[in-house]
Amino acid sequence: MTAPPPKTRISAAQAFDRRDSAWWLDRVAMMLVFTGGISTILFIGAIFLFIATQGLDFAATRLAWSEFFGSIAWRPNGHPPQYGAVALIAGTASITGIAMFVVVPFSLGAAIYIGEFARGRRREWLKILIELLAAIPSVVWGVIGLHVIGPAMTQIFGVPSGLNLLNAGLILGLMAAPIMTTIAEDSLKAVPDAYREAAEALGANKWQVVWRVVLPHARPGLSAAVLLGVGRAFGETIAVLMASGHAINLPTSLFDPVRTLTATIAAELGETAKGDDHYQALFVLGVLLFGITFAINLTADSIVRGIRRKKA
Amino acid sequence: MASAKPQTATANPEAGPRWAIESKGLNLWYGTFQALRDVDLQIKHGIVTSLIGPSGCGKSTFLRSCNRINERLGYVSTTGTIQVLGQDIYGPDISPIQVRRQVGMVFQRPNPLPLSIRENVLFGQHIHRDDRIPRAEADQLVERALREVLLWDRVKDRLGRKATSLSLEEQQKLCIARLLPMRPEILLMDEPCSALDPEATRAVEELIWELRGKYSILIVTHNMAQARRASDECVFMLLGRVIEHARTEDMFVTPKKPETADYIEGRFG
Ligand SMILES: Nc1ncnc2c1ncn2[C@@H]1O[C@H](COP(=O)(O)OP(=O)(O)OP(=O)(O)O)[C@@H](O)[C@H]1O
Ligand SMILES: [Mg+2]
Repeated sequence: MTAPPPKTRISAAQAFDRRDSAWWLDRVAMMLVFTGGISTILFIGAIFLFIATQGLDFAATRLAWSEFFGSIAWRPNGHPPQYGAVALIAGTASITGIAMFVVVPFSLGAAIYIGEFARGRRREWLKILIELLAAIPSVVWGVIGLHVIGPAMTQIFGVPSGLNLLNAGLILGLMAAPIMTTIAEDSLKAVPDAYREAAEALGANKWQVVWRVVLPHARPGLSAAVLLGVGRAFGETIAVLMASGHAINLPTSLFDPVRTLTATIAAELGETAKGDDHYQALFVLGVLLFGITFAINLTADSIVRGIRRKKA
Repeated sequence: MASAKPQTATANPEAGPRWAIESKGLNLWYGTFQALRDVDLQIKHGIVTSLIGPSGCGKSTFLRSCNRINERLGYVSTTGTIQVLGQDIYGPDISPIQVRRQVGMVFQRPNPLPLSIRENVLFGQHIHRDDRIPRAEADQLVERALREVLLWDRVKDRLGRKATSLSLEEQQKLCIARLLPMRPEILLMDEPCSALDPEATRAVEELIWELRGKYSILIVTHNMAQARRASDECVFMLLGRVIEHARTEDMFVTPKKPETADYIEGRFG
């Protein structure tokens, strides 16, 4: 079957030209969205570049890396100044570790309760409560650490200072709870109900459904939730500055005061002169922090992406 | 394995409960909407009974009452009784879990769990037994169940693969197979072939016919031809009520009620 030849001959280019107003509108909208997306990436890149270049000169020439990663002595004002970051890294890591120890069971438990057991009104209330928890500014958490948990800790445990590793870990844990709970609950919700129904029809009780079907299936999402919580804890500054005791120390007990990377930057940047070695050293800490948080978030993100892809 | 079960209903009550399923004056509400009205049904042992009727007449609802899976929804209320093998399943000291061991259910969309084929078959055992199942016994259970649903030869080399990677037909057969290690008396099937192509439908129908006699099977179907060729008795429902319950041949040849005749001949529904 052949089509009859067209009566008036127009070129193919003319025939297929669809550049009407909708086409232009579409183009403009595309450009706007594209610019928006690109500029986010540019901003992040620019911030990273800024942080990195601020410390570049010092890092490349005068910083002794063996000291930076090998010594606990952080004495930028000493004679000679010392730039050992080990205690700060240990402080950040130990506080984050304590926070996770506190918050992971709590958050996953809350997510399981909200997602699988609570119904109706109570469920809605709990979700609102968790979101409210997320809205508490970090300085308020700091005050709670300073004036509530701290004194309580000296009372209960009889330790000299209530501002320590445990205090900061508890505070950070509470701060990371909302994001962790929310994302964990989302990933439970993403488990198809048909699986629950199938298991229940086989005679599984609620707990068996959760343990044997829902949790295994939601595991990638739950890991992502935990990682995002870790990222949150890692980057937190003000609250840990207030609750940790802020002493350079390799912690050996829960009641040792510690100092974190973030708190060091926040506390010391003001006393430096722009461009001096101390100033630059703080930016090297910044790059380190940026790198770690970025890696954590990237991992969490790729896990979440993997889940989406599998579902599609 | 269950060949000792009566092939047809016994008139003699001493030989165990008279009916596989018996409902009396069953009413069911979803919130305020009444989906079942005064349903009195007696389903016989060891045969295939099909449940037909236009969409929304309450077939699934009745089926889902027989293993109490309806209760997953918080807003369902029921009056009347359902006896399964002589036990009132809504009785005060009966748990839904016990009921569901006796009464297996196959769903409209094949819903294997996101586990391996083997773990799907063993799932019921894992949740109902406290002890660990010895490897040899587990192997045997898996093989027997898969053989019974005519799936063994096709999957025996990939028991560790995800069940969700099987074809829909295989998935549906697996969903039947995973009920069998619990030795249920009754199998409920809610349009088990409606997600399958004609070829697979025929295969699953053949399987159901194969299982006849060993289990009492209650199957919902929209497909008249299927009801006709693959069931012994037939129940016709309309607007939440049972209109007619008869031997399949009788119902399709000489329906007693005009509504049944209309439905069978495709005049509505
Ligand atoms: N979860 C529910 N909540 C509220 N109403 C429901 C629910 N499930 C079913 N219904 C209603 O109950 C009535 C019976 O539904 P049911 O699913 O039992 O019908 P069915 O005969 O199985 O229909 P189909 O052939 O379409 O599967 C319908 O009117 C339906 O709208
Ligand atoms: Mg239905």
